[in-house]
Amino acid sequence: MTDIEKEAARIAEQGECAPRLARDPVNLPMINNWLEAIGDDHPGYTEVAPPAMVQVWTMAGLRGQRTLDDPLGQMMTVLDEAGYTSVVATNSDQTYHRYLKLGEQLSVTTSLEDVTGPKKTGLGEGWFVTTRSTWWVGDEAVAEMRFRVLKFRPARKPEPVKEIPKAQAIRPSVNRDTEYFWEGTRQGELRIQRCGGCGLLRHPPGPMCPECGATKPKYLVSEGHGVIYSYVVHHHPQVPGKQTPFVIALVELDEGVRMLGEFDGEPSVGQRVEVVFTEVDDELTMPSWRPRADR
Amino acid sequence: MNAAIVGIGATDFSKDSGRSELQLAAEAVRAALEDAGLEPSDVDGLVSFTMDTNAEIAVARELGIPELTFFSRVHYGGGAACATVQQAAMAVETGAARVVVCYRAFNERSGHRFGQVQTAAAANIDNSWSYPMGLGTPAAMVAMFARRYMHEYGATSEDFGRIAVIDRKHAATNPRAWFHNRPITLDDHQSSRWIAEPLRLLDCCQESDGGVAIVVTSRDRAKDLRQKPAHVKAATQGSGVDQFTMTSYYRDDLTRLPEMGVVARGLWEKSGIGPDDVDVAVLYDHFTPFVLVQLEELGFCGRGEAKDFVASGALELDGKLPLNPHGGQLGEAYLHGMNGIAEGVRQIRGTAVNQVGGVEHVLVTAGTGVPTSGLVLGQG
Ligand SMILES: [Zn+2]
Repeated sequence: MTDIEKEAARIAEQGECAPRLARDPVNLPMINNWLEAIGDDHPGYTEVAPPAMVQVWTMAGLRGQRTLDDPLGQMMTVLDEAGYTSVVATNSDQTYHRYLKLGEQLSVTTSLEDVTGPKKTGLGEGWFVTTRSTWWVGDEAVAEMRFRVLKFRPARKPEPVKEIPKAQAIRPSVNRDTEYFWEGTRQGELRIQRCGGCGLLRHPPGPMCPECGATKPKYLVSEGHGVIYSYVVHHHPQVPGKQTPFVIALVELDEGVRMLGEFDGEPSVGQRVEVVFTEVDDELTMPSWRPRADR
Repeated sequence: MNAAIVGIGATDFSKDSGRSELQLAAEAVRAALEDAGLEPSDVDGLVSFTMDTNAEIAVARELGIPELTFFSRVHYGGGAACATVQQAAMAVETGAARVVVCYRAFNERSGHRFGQVQTAAAANIDNSWSYPMGLGTPAAMVAMFARRYMHEYGATSEDFGRIAVIDRKHAATNPRAWFHNRPITLDDHQSSRWIAEPLRLLDCCQESDGGVAIVVTSRDRAKDLRQKPAHVKAATQGSGVDQFTMTSYYRDDLTRLPEMGVVARGLWEKSGIGPDDVDVAVLYDHFTPFVLVQLEELGFCGRGEAKDFVASGALELDGKLPLNPHGGQLGEAYLHGMNGIAEGVRQIRGTAVNQVGGVEHVLVTAGTGVPTSGLVLGQG
């Protein structure tokens, strides 16, 4: 038996605490406030109180303190000291034996029913503490509640997954000769340089056509379809902005030029692929490849 | 060419040199001059890689080299290796300088590691078509070629692995090699982890700290010096059609290294020898697949036949074409190809730890996948 369980047994053995009196008798102003707060416009609560309001009558108020013999208070202290410092209510089952009438003076008694733990929960390791309260008018039990809280040690927040921020990914250097390409990817176009003079298609591009010497290159927009000409599965070392292993494919586009890009899939030479555009940020959209079903 | 390599020097090859790159460079150059029997005051030319952090003037200051009349750098990473000797040889031939030292020194393992993603390199516009897509390491860039090569010629990971096994076998008996006494089996290769499929860890060369220096002077001057000269029979650079650095993916054929084909043509033409005359091949081996492609580009075997050529045992020390007797960069150290030139010189001198018998000609190549260079060294 753990220390917590021993303490729980001791507190449970005390049985019911001394009756705690409600601050006021059942009264219409409080009923009306409660109905308003809950948003209940049932017209019937003029002589009797809504049953679900039973706990309200014996609430301790803003600056109220638990009595020393309150079993829930005692158990909370034990768990606080053991490091289970946070609390969340998990269940509240109430049973009403009859309506409460205006003017009736309530009292409440509470006993500790059960403490189980330690349990691993999503919130952290903790103990479920169950109490049983009974509301009385004189010596008549008018309502009962089984109330369960989880008293837990907040789990240390897991370290955020060390995702390499996009800013760390290697960005392409861009100049006058290549900016048309990156402007294209931003617009979802895969552009291939085409000579304004002789029509030569060329990738990577350059400012002067090696065939005819023209210096005013244009471009065509590729269909974005091609086949894997070769590929690499990169394992080591780490590459900024990438999760290893990853595949880089050299794709021969249907238009006839080759282009590198990351490939999402099981690669093989000759496999048909199509382009995908991934927006890194406003400035940069990267082209990459994915498998393409033959039609 | 009217030029010879008359001195070689190196630091220890380690994973953490514990000294600055400039110190490594200065130590290597000093060792090479001592090997040659020359004084710093004899040196009037220095050549290095664009990538080297040690300025020619800084090296000259440390060595006490008073005046320089020739200083030059070569681009494209490891592709520069043999081209530094070409620069030196041309300087000597033209009279631009009389004694030129080529050097390369870095803390490539304990300092800036090339095997990591070079985010700074992404600023290069050529790299805007690869790095942002996630292709940012030399291994991955070579793997793209390797996959296509496998697809077209049916080569397998084991075919690549045989290169690593040979290099490590040779390194195992080279006390200067990092992997001295540590040979591997093909099973070791096959069970090593993926780096960038289809490349495994053991397809990738090691990373090293160290420095190497090579002293070049005229044939005439070489006659009076301490060592038997290794004559520069031919030295060429090569860049191919639609050339990129590591990512020449837009050519018709991805199974070739046309820039090495350019080097090969130049070497055979200028040296007057052919593939059959090569006694030792020191082939750049940062990644195993490109050793196979080089064998084809250089004419040692036909297209797609390198896997069979390798499997035949041709690359063993007693084979038809002994490969990297020092252990290469996979086995000895990764010194951007400069340690391979030093091995070529030792094979000509007859002083290598894994000496091949009767060596007349040694072929040395530089970095692959980049604009590159090559050397034919010879006795006469
Ligand atoms: Zn044109």
